[in-house]
Amino acid sequence: MRQRKIIKSILISSGLFSLILTGQALATPTSQALSYTCAGCHGTNGASNGSAIPSLAGLSKDYLVEAMEAYKKDERSPTIMNRIAKGYSTKEFELMGDFFSNQPVHQNSGQKYDSAKAKAGKKLHKKYCSSCHSEGGTITDDEAGLLAGNAALFMEYSLIDFHDGSRDMPRKMKKKIKKMLKRDKDAFDKLVHYYSKGE
Amino acid sequence: MSNQHNRRNFLKIVGAGGVATTAALYTPFAIGGASKKVVIIGGGMGGATAAKYIRMMDKSVDVTLISADANYYTGFASNEVISGERSLTSITFSYAGLRKRGVKVIIDTAADINAQARTVKLASGTSISYDRLIVAPGIDFKFDDIEGYDARVANEKIPHAWVAGSQTKMLHNQLRSMKNGGTVVLSAPPNPFRCPPGPYERVSQMALYLKHNKPKSKIIVLDSKDKFSKFGLFTNGWKKHYGYGTDNSMIEWIPAYKGGRIEGVDADAMTVTAEFDDFKADVINIIPAQKAGKIAFTAGLVNDSGWCPIQGNTFESTIHKNIHVIGDASIASPLPKSGYAANSEAKVCAAAIVALLNSDKIPDPSFVNTCYSVIAPGNGISVAMVYAYKNGKIVKVKGSGGLTPDEQFDKKLRAREVEYGYTWFHNITQDAFG
Repeated sequence: MRQRKIIKSILISSGLFSLILTGQALATPTSQALSYTCAGCHGTNGASNGSAIPSLAGLSKDYLVEAMEAYKKDERSPTIMNRIAKGYSTKEFELMGDFFSNQPVHQNSGQKYDSAKAKAGKKLHKKYCSSCHSEGGTITDDEAGLLAGNAALFMEYSLIDFHDGSRDMPRKMKKKIKKMLKRDKDAFDKLVHYYSKGE
Repeated sequence: MSNQHNRRNFLKIVGAGGVATTAALYTPFAIGGASKKVVIIGGGMGGATAAKYIRMMDKSVDVTLISADANYYTGFASNEVISGERSLTSITFSYAGLRKRGVKVIIDTAADINAQARTVKLASGTSISYDRLIVAPGIDFKFDDIEGYDARVANEKIPHAWVAGSQTKMLHNQLRSMKNGGTVVLSAPPNPFRCPPGPYERVSQMALYLKHNKPKSKIIVLDSKDKFSKFGLFTNGWKKHYGYGTDNSMIEWIPAYKGGRIEGVDADAMTVTAEFDDFKADVINIIPAQKAGKIAFTAGLVNDSGWCPIQGNTFESTIHKNIHVIGDASIASPLPKSGYAANSEAKVCAAAIVALLNSDKIPDPSFVNTCYSVIAPGNGISVAMVYAYKNGKIVKVKGSGGLTPDEQFDKKLRAREVEYGYTWFHNITQDAFG
């Protein structure tokens, strides 16, 4: 009995040691293998520096799985993603979610923006969006998407799609957007400039 | 995590502990008793991605990349250089990013490989040893299939521009100096070849340039095939933008069954001889039939097809052990010979090599291909597919992938596809070289 206990404790500690020594080599390989295929479009480890394709780095697992399921069911504006999403199971989406939720949130700092519009956009964000998208939408723990610092054109496409009904949004968001556009018809443009600037 | 896994690692640690103190004195790569030296031949999408990802996955691996040129010019997006929509500089990438990641980059040509001794001989005379070798040489051309055409003619007068760089610029300049009302002849190769939609995006981009600058001109496409990638999307795009199918069409496509296969070229007379007719032209662009890059032949890595057979989960050659072939040179069908496929293969190969060097289990691979083409401003199209590895073979995942919908022209979507394509370009080049 005693011997078994010793072996067990050696095994546990050696597992810890090997984790430290080999780093990612012991991480779930399928999660990594699946997620690495996304990088060609979404950037290495999901950190996009382009303007039309969003970052995945740091997204919450639930948010990513939900988005992929929606693409798979053609519930979002048909892009290349709905065709790609059909190649994976829910389990595989979850593995991707494990990988990307463990990456640091990435903000693309190289995007052009108009300072005045970005300032106005920040105000609009605070007033109409921040109760769900905290800290400029950089806290992905709230299970909402990454906003500030994310790909500018993607933010614009998303707002357009929410507005024209080609993408579903929560009832609360619908109400707030309606209210915001009533006050300021250029609100989307201002928000996009703020998100391009980042936090 | 199984106990078996733990036990194996436990033995490795104990083993390492015994020699670590002495081993650390002379080489950091000797820990655990095994050296981890990977050499990569070729600094294109496959080679560069593999170098970066091996270093990302395991910093203890010594990675050396051999590239014939100090810069790499992407094949994708090079059609926009031909049309003048973008600069050659915008498709030029150096190896500074890889060097920063600890990759040793040698600008030289690999002259030969000794698979038994595990060494690569460079043209400069130096020999480099490896534990695992990645061969990513890209393509070479079957010049012999076309009478009167060879590498010299291609460099001086009639470019193929199918390896981007100086010939890309040359073809752009030839279009610019051509008269309004001139004729461009483009010969498209037989399957399999690098970048299946590439010749047809090139036709689109050339037509875009001519429409704006020399509208009386014509493009004759002599094709060695009867159908091609994204066929409906391209031909519908040509109808929409370039009058395809009307008497006034800027593009005439002659498939193989109508005599599109070419037999020879006369560079002095500027004529192309096809199966049924001769075609006189002001600008000629011949994309010849292709085979694996030269070093794959020298090292005996090819089979009768002229391409390299591999294991689909490791990309290790089925001919020579410890040598892996990735990218266009490998036989990875149903994966296409594309930049994205090479990037995806490189990661699978990198993960397998890291596992093999560490005596770990080879991970189950996953692949994706995505490819964008720009027919005209505001009209982008794409093809995508997810691939898996099953029963020893790379297979398409059923129900995944496919083309941009074409039942009706969706203006919003097509404009977005152009932008997605541009971000794709930015991120994939950063993923390989950054």
